[in-house]
Amino acid sequence: MNKSHDSAGASGCGSRPATSGLNILNQGTPCGGGGSCGGVSCGGQQRSKADSRRQFLSRATSMVFGSFALTLLPMEPSDSSAESPLPASPDGTAAAPTPAASAAKPVLYGFLVDTEKCIGSGKCLSACRTENHVPDGYSRTWVERYVHFKDGTVQVDLVPETGYHESKLPIVDAALVDKAYFVPKLCNQCVDAPCNQVCPVHASFTSPEGVELIDTDHCIGCGYCVQACPYGMRYINPETNSADKCTWCYHRITKNQEPACVEACPVGARIFGRLDDPDSELSKRLGATRTQVLKEHLGTHPKLHYVGLSKEVV
Amino acid sequence: MHGPSFVYPNDVHVAWSIMIVLYPYITGLVAGAFVVSALYHVFHDHKLKPVARLALVTALCFCSCATVPLLLHLHHPERALNIMITPHQTSAMAGFGFIYSLYMLLLVIEVWLLYRPEIVEGAANATGLKGFIFRLLALGSRQITPGSQKADEWLIGVLAIIGIPAACVLHGYVGFLFGGVKANPWWSTALLPVIFLISAILSGIAALLLLYLVLCWAKKITPDADCVRSLCKYLWMSLVAAVSLELLELLHLAYEAGAEWDVLRELLTGRLAVSYGLIQVAIGSVIPFLLLPVAFRTERYAALRTFLGTVSGILILIQVFAMRWNVVIGGQMFSKSFRGFVYYNLTLEGREGLIAAVVVLTLPLLALFAASRLLPLIGDAEPHRPPEDLCKSMPLDVCTSHQ
Repeated sequence: MNKSHDSAGASGCGSRPATSGLNILNQGTPCGGGGSCGGVSCGGQQRSKADSRRQFLSRATSMVFGSFALTLLPMEPSDSSAESPLPASPDGTAAAPTPAASAAKPVLYGFLVDTEKCIGSGKCLSACRTENHVPDGYSRTWVERYVHFKDGTVQVDLVPETGYHESKLPIVDAALVDKAYFVPKLCNQCVDAPCNQVCPVHASFTSPEGVELIDTDHCIGCGYCVQACPYGMRYINPETNSADKCTWCYHRITKNQEPACVEACPVGARIFGRLDDPDSELSKRLGATRTQVLKEHLGTHPKLHYVGLSKEVV
Repeated sequence: MHGPSFVYPNDVHVAWSIMIVLYPYITGLVAGAFVVSALYHVFHDHKLKPVARLALVTALCFCSCATVPLLLHLHHPERALNIMITPHQTSAMAGFGFIYSLYMLLLVIEVWLLYRPEIVEGAANATGLKGFIFRLLALGSRQITPGSQKADEWLIGVLAIIGIPAACVLHGYVGFLFGGVKANPWWSTALLPVIFLISAILSGIAALLLLYLVLCWAKKITPDADCVRSLCKYLWMSLVAAVSLELLELLHLAYEAGAEWDVLRELLTGRLAVSYGLIQVAIGSVIPFLLLPVAFRTERYAALRTFLGTVSGILILIQVFAMRWNVVIGGQMFSKSFRGFVYYNLTLEGREGLIAAVVVLTLPLLALFAASRLLPLIGDAEPHRPPEDLCKSMPLDVCTSHQ
């Protein structure tokens, strides 16, 4: 079969080796007057100006539309791998940077906040600000204090950061209170993150481990992601002029360390771990406890879970 | 809301400023003006002949300035082209560069074809800077024949037909940008793109009516009675449609009274009481709704018609601006905790300040003024026939089919 096509190719221009039947068939077409073979004019036959112009226009159009189509292809930010070198394995050794590792099932991190344990110390907040150089007036994480009064009203206050804010929480009369608790907030690292969805330039992206990150060198600072996050986690960093948010301390967790807030919590209210490791504390707690997520009705599927949430918490 | 207010810490910074109010406002004027031109070029409403050209030039001038507020808003304007270089397919905003570019191209071609006779004539006869500009605009075109005019007319019609859905996409898409944000109950509604589109048409017609009356006043021409009445009629119809949809959306939110209605009700009766209740509804909608029928039903009193048309046009432009403000700024005046409100502090100076906003709104008008110095904006919208003496004066073998 190939042989016969080869010979057919030779009967036309016959100078190019055939690699497939289709190519052979195409090349095998004998040149007519003014025709061409693969863009090379054949012995003495002149291409007409009209043909040449038509070919030029055809190629130019293909190139223009081809370039346009290329821009629509899914693209990963160039330096995504720079910040995400190696996912850490459960035993603490770094995975080898082989193509097989990148093709493997992504490491999924998860987070659990036990509101029944949180005492509102604010140490996690200061640790986060120091670790991530969060500018004044902005927060990657915060702790809300909910006070349910006997008259049915609910008062919500922000817990001050230890060593950062001088202010103290308003003092309430315990006799008027039904219940009170603290709720730490941080990025929900949604599986279907609306912030990622709306980013027009692909500066918001998901790391191989499933962590939502921002390429600050690519972000145009349009603020659409700030609007899209239902949890108020994103802000435009006034120092970088790019979108910013909690990354669960990505630079630490990829080195098998815990996020700064988890490490600083004195009572173990913040639990971080791998969802794909059945022996991790996180997996065990999630398996044994009834948990909730915030704003579940929005369908963002957060990887941040809570123990002991009340319906008043949004 | 039960209890004292609480705002998420990052929500105190209002991310979208007055520049994001101006962007849909300007693109709305573009879309609306284009629809008026299409009413003449596609649907052959000959009463709009005096403003048919003005409509297209207005659309072009405003469209050419539509990206300015966005560039002023972006925190990294130098990376603006990333939106076309690495567009994110899942983002509604990623389509902006392509939609805007295609629409701009369409407008440029249509305006050029519409004014080709004047441009060719200017290139042949005008001297100095004007002549240089005309020769530049002519793009080597030095020949006007009945055949070429017929071809131009056909192409203008085709472009106008393509332009109608393009205008709808351009502005409906802006509404979709907001309507698709599920985190914000004030924005998240499928009605929003339609509301944006109808109010765009409304603002475009109002702007055209005002521009036409101002140009007539400047040129000491009596405004065409049929044209003014027709514009007032379209304006009233658009007003009824836009306000009905706006109120329908509000009624829907109130009737459903979902979890977020508490905060929205407080927003409307508190922070937005003046800009929504007073400006958008009472002054901007009710007064023009009452005045416009008088304007388009009056046959004898031209001065009254002009006066009512002018007042209504101004009020409607304010109404649409208030609507954009209430959507964009209003949607950021409550925290996503739905327990508290935030303030938007409009500064006088700065990239996103009031002065910059006024300059942005002035730019398209300056462009329009420059265009009026070169080309006739109002009057005869019929294809211009080259005068016989032009054929004689041209050194080339132009107008061959004339002879």
